[in-house]
Amino acid sequence: MKLALYGTALKSILTKEIIRFGRIWVQTLVPPAITMSLYFVIFGNLIGSRIGQMGGYSYMEFIVPGLIMMSVITNSYSNVASSFFSCKFQRNIEELLVAPVPNYIIILGFVGGGVTRGLIVGFIVTLVSLFFVPLQLHSIAAIGLTVLLTSVLFSLGGLINAIYANTFDDISIIPTFILTPLTYLGGVFYSISLLPDFWQSVSQINPIVYMVNAFRFGFLGISDVSLWLSFSMIIGSIIILYTWALILIKRGYGLRA
Amino acid sequence: MQALAIQGLKKTYPGGVQAVKGFDLVVEQGDFFALLGPNGAGKSTSIGVITSLVNKSEGSVTIFGHDIDTDLEAAKSYVGLVPQEFNFNQFETVLQIVVNQAGYYGVPRPLAMERAEKYLSQLDLWEKRNARARELSGGMKRRLMIARALMHEPQLLILDEPTAGVDIELRRSMWDFLKQLNKQGITIILTTHYLEEAEMLCRNIGIIDKGELVENTSMKQLLSKLNVETFIFDIQGDHQAIALNGFTTRLIDKHTLEVDVEKSQGLNSVFRLLDENGVVVQSMRNKANRLEELFVTLVAQGRQA
Repeated sequence: MKLALYGTALKSILTKEIIRFGRIWVQTLVPPAITMSLYFVIFGNLIGSRIGQMGGYSYMEFIVPGLIMMSVITNSYSNVASSFFSCKFQRNIEELLVAPVPNYIIILGFVGGGVTRGLIVGFIVTLVSLFFVPLQLHSIAAIGLTVLLTSVLFSLGGLINAIYANTFDDISIIPTFILTPLTYLGGVFYSISLLPDFWQSVSQINPIVYMVNAFRFGFLGISDVSLWLSFSMIIGSIIILYTWALILIKRGYGLRA
Repeated sequence: MQALAIQGLKKTYPGGVQAVKGFDLVVEQGDFFALLGPNGAGKSTSIGVITSLVNKSEGSVTIFGHDIDTDLEAAKSYVGLVPQEFNFNQFETVLQIVVNQAGYYGVPRPLAMERAEKYLSQLDLWEKRNARARELSGGMKRRLMIARALMHEPQLLILDEPTAGVDIELRRSMWDFLKQLNKQGITIILTTHYLEEAEMLCRNIGIIDKGELVENTSMKQLLSKLNVETFIFDIQGDHQAIALNGFTTRLIDKHTLEVDVEKSQGLNSVFRLLDENGVVVQSMRNKANRLEELFVTLVAQGRQA
């Protein structure tokens, strides 16, 4: 009985979230397609043709999985960060706080919204990439699992960012100063095996390296790191961020006086 | 059955401000209860604790027998809240707001749609169901918050200043609506600045000041504490002075007389004396809201104590 009530509550949050980003699709779904098209043209075609092969594939083929993953990461993160912070800002988060909705359902609802947007954007960018390179599939399971888990992870990150945020600036600081550098240094545009030993070791503490490589393995069958290590890293990070978010919401940090 | 039972409630905000200093309160099922107090008295903080928007520092809160510390979800399911500030998504439509809220309480969508039509129609908002919340007038937004709070058909409805900034006509129609809800068995707790509102609607009353409950009684008993009432008489003719034996009078202008009447004296003798003085009365009214006089007195007494 309770599960049915929770299911209805979860569906309500999820529907609200999907309607929200669907209503502003020009801001949420179109920009990643345009940005990634520019990446494909500039880095893939114009510069990539002079770089030659990487890991046995053309440079364009090499960067496509990383660019899809980059768009999934940024969109999952920003969807939850901006949506949850807007709820705090307009105080309509109180609609949820007064209702008998368990905290984990609130988390699942917002994360579900972030994952949905991340996957839709990932699909759109994949379609765009087909104009530039033919689709290669090595392991659909690796692709599906990596993109889903990564999207969950960064949706949780966006949620925690929004819980701590007091101003709209606070939800752009982390993406600008942490997320973007980590993504660019996460092996999207290069194989970390090209780096000197020291920088290869440094790269291994960047979690995005594992996600990009697992995802690239799904498409091309090549990876700089072990697939199992990648999944362990992602799942471990999800457990940590989920627990963190749950504690914050339970304590009412930034939500209850 | 107790709809609400509060014991030793205390709330100290980070920074040291003690908004609620520890009070006990019981509201019985079916009651229409007014919680009054000046700005900053602790009314909204108390309501915040009851509705789990504010973490309490000490004490216990039980809603229809469910303790908010041990059985929070069950306790929450009994309560509908109409907050003081607008707290809905301004970009969502009226229908989305109420249907989503029902969903958070586990009300399936088909039933939520039925209830949306029922409550939005009762509150004259059905025509506006597809309008975005930001397009509504202030009064419509207030009614939207009432409709939203009713979507899960709560047993306890808490309204924090529901008629603030609402015009008189609308305020009266909201009063009628709330009276109907109470007649249907919904327990209502109301905070208001309009003391007339509390006197018109509520059976029992709690007065809170500086985080303490300074009075908790029935409206009848409270009003019976009023010893002196001032009446204003609109009179005919030009009068320079009017003295009524045993009463304090003030001639405000040639046509307006104020008379202080003690509870033991009664109005009959005032009329008899006015008649003897040849004063013709056209109309009569209370100078101030009776509850307002008491409220000011009680709060002042509480502060002196």
